[in-house]
Order: sequence, then structure tokens, then C-alpha cells
Amino acid sequence: MALLRVDNMTHYFGGLRAVHNYSLILEPGHIVGLIGPNGAGKTTIFNLISGIHTPTEGNIELEGHNLIGHHPHEIASMGLGRTFQNLLLWRHMTVLEHVKMACYSQLEYGIWGAFFGSRFCHQEEKRLTAKAMHLLETFDVAHFSSQLAVSLPYGAQRRVEMARAMATNPKVLFLDEPTAGMTPDELNRMISIIRKIHEEFDVAIFLIEHRLKFVMELCERIQTLVFGEVIAEGSPEETQNNPHVIEAYLGSEDIH
Amino acid sequence: MDIQDHTSQLHKKGFRARLQGFVATVPLIGWFLGFLGAVLVEYLLGDLISYYLYLPKIPVLFGLLSVLKKPLLIPGTIAYLILVYGLPILIIVKTLQKQANKLAGFLDKRPVSVAAFVHLGLFYGALHLWADMSDYRLLVLKLTMIAVMLTLSINVINGYMGEFSCSHPGFMALGAYTASTITLLFFANDKQFGDALLPETFGLYFFPLALIAGGIAAAIGALVIAIPSFRTRGDYLAIISLAFLFIVKSLIENLEFLGGPRGMSSQPHYSTLPMVFTVMVLCIWIINNFVRSTMGKALNAVRDNELAAEAMTVNTRKTKIITFMFGAFWAGVAGGLFAHVLRYVNPGSFGIQRLAEILAMVYFGGLNSVTGSIVGAVSINILSEALRPLEIYKWIIIPLLLILVMLFRPTGLIAFTEFKPKELMKPRQQFVEE
Repeated sequence: MALLRVDNMTHYFGGLRAVHNYSLILEPGHIVGLIGPNGAGKTTIFNLISGIHTPTEGNIELEGHNLIGHHPHEIASMGLGRTFQNLLLWRHMTVLEHVKMACYSQLEYGIWGAFFGSRFCHQEEKRLTAKAMHLLETFDVAHFSSQLAVSLPYGAQRRVEMARAMATNPKVLFLDEPTAGMTPDELNRMISIIRKIHEEFDVAIFLIEHRLKFVMELCERIQTLVFGEVIAEGSPEETQNNPHVIEAYLGSEDIH
Repeated sequence: MDIQDHTSQLHKKGFRARLQGFVATVPLIGWFLGFLGAVLVEYLLGDLISYYLYLPKIPVLFGLLSVLKKPLLIPGTIAYLILVYGLPILIIVKTLQKQANKLAGFLDKRPVSVAAFVHLGLFYGALHLWADMSDYRLLVLKLTMIAVMLTLSINVINGYMGEFSCSHPGFMALGAYTASTITLLFFANDKQFGDALLPETFGLYFFPLALIAGGIAAAIGALVIAIPSFRTRGDYLAIISLAFLFIVKSLIENLEFLGGPRGMSSQPHYSTLPMVFTVMVLCIWIINNFVRSTMGKALNAVRDNELAAEAMTVNTRKTKIITFMFGAFWAGVAGGLFAHVLRYVNPGSFGIQRLAEILAMVYFGGLNSVTGSIVGAVSINILSEALRPLEIYKWIIIPLLLILVMLFRPTGLIAFTEFKPKELMKPRQQFVEE
């Protein structure tokens, strides 16, 4: 059974058809890429699956559970972690607090425990701190743990965001342009980090990316999206040589 | 000449550094002991000292009030402050420095609750004695403590969660009227509700329940704002909350059984100093616990980026409801205490003026900070009492001060800090164990 399954999803923003008849099957442990020119609707697809928008038509299932109509936080706690294209970090929170925050749905103590600072609440906080520190070490940002996340260098901010997404215990991880604005060095580092997550945490990854090198190296399957429709789907080599993809990216040659 | 200047500057720096060094080595309990000593001096010798300094009576609020009325008293008042507060505090703090540090070290090894109990007991003792010397002091002290609660509770909504809520006086009014209705109905003979239904002696024990009922009434009222807050933020929510304030106010004005615009009076004398102090400490403790837990940090996540909070499994709707109800609850409790301090409430005291005061306190003190709230509430409250002789100019000076704070520290004096009681009570000097 597929881990994540999207069937014939269509979405309209008013009169604009942003996504048309989109389908996806993500098997456990696979890495699938989504590429396409600007404005093709890639991030919209992410937002639709993670519950920020509700699709006009179609069906989304995670491990057989229907996701339509659920709040984003419910979908996230069901096992769908994500990062954002423009790094939505919290301005006044430290790196450690970021990662602990993402464990919100795993908090065992109730609101009264938080009010009265019960012993159980303190134990839970300690447990979460240990878990968060472990994750921060995995992503090589543990030494920043008490700093404000927004004050870190860009690459470190990206890694903090990924650590935060991993703290939600995801089964599927959505990465929205994980290398946007990175130098080639940082790019290579990101590739190895994503490989590491993939192996260590056994998650399926679905990622949006522009850099072909990155996609070619990581993904097993690539979907190409143009104007909300998938025009090609296949292995990296197939995609690279597909005339439709080349046309979408480079434009067609007019021969008279 | 040049050299002399240089050396004197060095000397100055040395003195300041030494003073700072000294201050840094005194634990909190040392300062509390010093304060207690100073209050004892005032209690025993205050009248005598003020007589010899040609002061008409003990300067009630550190002389701030009388000085503005009669500037001629300035030298006498300063001398009084030095003799009664400055010197005793300095002497006690200096002589007991070692013992205080040892005591703090001893308490540091005990559970936090024990250490907190000792500190608070000492502090309360000093405050009680201080307030005992004049009724005016007592009133100012109680109102200041209530202001601390109000400021802290609005900080939960406006600071920690970053919504601009203007309905705090409304919550306060709900609490004040609910608590007053309960105490008047059950424990007092008054013209509104007739004879007491229960023996009056029970009253003081049931008063906390009346306060909680007031808090719950305010929390339920807060739902009116919490639910729209799912969809709106910022200015629009501010307008909704302002509308709520007016709804509450005009509702009370038009309900005849609550006394309408004339208000309610002759509440029993239940808001004693120990009661107000205990409730304030509880309020600070619970709010501080909450905002330091991961569940409470969710408020910051919602404020800084709601979308990211949702994607990281934070239930933002639940968080907003909890925050509004929690903040309103404490505003309601503070309102109940307020009604029983003044023993009179009318709708007029829960208007825009009160809102301005509360907002001034929270923005002056600092957003997202328990310490800031306490500092803001105490300083604005004392200031507005002290500047009372200036009458209308008071409302020029305080806003000017606010503008200055906003210019130099846009988020308030002490913003975005964590209040750690355990750190606060730690010894400031380590001794090698023999």
C-alpha cells in the first residue's frame, strides 16, 4: 500500500485553475521530486496536501487515512512534516525552542500540568529537551541551541528548519526548495544531509527543487508540473530527455 | 590638569565598578533583609526622625507626594530617605552579606518551593509593616499588586501571543461584578440584594471562590473575542476587542439589578493585604509556569508565524482559546479584588481610561516578560500616585515618558526575558566548604 496517495486532485483559486487532475503515489522510503517553472503550482500542491488549502476536488490519503477536511496541525501530527520555501522560523525563539515546539503534539502533560508546573511536566520537558538536542546534533546545529534561530547563518537556518520538521516524527517529509539561495558547497552538504535523514529516520521524501543536479542525484522519480498539470513523470534520465520538459523549461524552437 | 582629570575619572570608574561588584554579590534575601531592617527603623523611629527634620509627618510614598506639594521639604525628605532607607539597607546588607549568601546557599539546596516560601514570607513581612504605617500606603500597595496582575495577564495576550486585545477592562468588570454580586448576595446586608443569605463569618473563606467565579465569568466572556481571533488578527481584532469592552460597559450600565450607572457599593472588607498578596503571587507563579513550558511557548510560535506553528503540529485554535480565557481569567480575578479593595464599583471605572493605564503599564514594562510586567506595573502605578498633586500635568508627564521609552526601547524596558525564580534566589558568592 502506498504511504501517501493523491488521486485526481484539482484546485481553483476563484476562477483560476491552479492544479488540475494531479495524482501522486509515494511508497515508503522513496524520494520523489517535483519540478516545474515558476508559478506552475508546486507550492500549491504542497499546501493542498498539508491542509493549508482544501482541494476543490480529489482525494488525499496518508496510510489509508483521508486527509481532506483536517486542520494542518492534525495532518502534521499524523506524520506529514514539511519545510517552507522562505524559511518560516519564529523570530523570538531559540533553536532549541524551535525543535521542542515541533513536539507539541507529543506533549503528554495537560494544560493544568503546565499551569502548576507539575513534576510530570518537568520530566516531559526534560525528555523533549534530550530529544531535541539529539536532533540538533544530527543536523550539526547543536552548538547554536541557545541562540535565536533568525540570527544564524543561512545554511544553519535551513538545517534548523529541517530539524524542526523532523521533530514532528514524520513518515513523509515535504521539502520546499531546500537549496534555494545556497552556495555550491552548502548544496553538497544539503544533499548529504537529506541522504542521512532518509537512511536514519526511514522517511519518504517529496521535494520541490529547481537545481537539476540536486534532483538528479537524489530522486528516484521526478514529476514535471506546468500550469498545474503533470506533463511528464519518470526517472531522472527519462525526465532529462523528455522533449515536453525541455520545451517547458527552455521554450520551443520555431522552425518555419 | 589633564592628568588630574584622568585620575579622578579613573577613581570614579573604580568606585562605580566597586559598587556594582558589591551589588552583584548580595543575594536577593540580603536585600529583603535590608528592606525589612529599614522598615523596622521607620516603624520605630520614623516619627522621631521626621520631627527633627521638620517634616510634618512620615513621608508616605518615599516623599514623592509631599515634595511636589511643598518643594521646601525637599532637603528634609532626602535626609529622611537616606537616614531611614539608604543607610540601614546599606549597613544591613553589608554586615549580613556573608550570612545572607550562606542562607541563600542553604535554601538553594532545598526544593524551590521552600526557598520561595522563605523569600516571600520575608518580603511580605516587610511589606506588611511598611503598609501598616499609613492607610494610604496600604491602598496604594493593594492597587499596585492588582495592577501587576492586570499587566501580567494582558501581557499573556498582547505580549506572548501578540494579539492587540483592548478588552481587558471589560474582563476586569465581569470579574468585579460577578465577585461583588456573590459576596453581596451571600455575606452582606445591603440595599441591593437585601439581607445576607449565609452567616457573615463564612465570607472570608468563600471569598477565593467568589474570585474564581469572577475569573470564570471573565474567561467565558473572552470566548467572544477568542472565536473571531481564528480568522482575524491585528487591527481588526483590536477593534473587535474594543467593541467587546463597550458592550460589557453598556450592558452593566443598563442592568438595574447591578445598580446601573450608579454601581455597587458596600462590598465586605475581604481584600486584605495578605489576600491580595497571595493571589498576586499565585498569579505570577502560574503565568510564569505556563509561559515557560513548551505548551506556553506555543503562544510565541503563533505570534511569530501562525502557518509554521500549524505545520509543526501546534493546535493554534486551542492555543488562542486557552490564551484568551487564561488572560481574561486573571483579569477577572484582579477585578474581583479591585472591587473589594475600593468597596465600590461603577461602570465608569472600566472604561477607556483604565484601558490606557493597563496598556501603558504593559508597553512600558516590556512585552513577553514577567519581570517587565512587574516593573511596568509598579513604576507606572507609583508614578501616577506620586504625580497626583500635579493634577492634569500628570497626564502629560506619563505619556511623555512612554514616548521616550518607545523611542529608546521599542518593546519596553525589560522585554523578551525569562523570569527564573530559582536563578533569582541563588547565592551570589560561593564559599569553600570547610
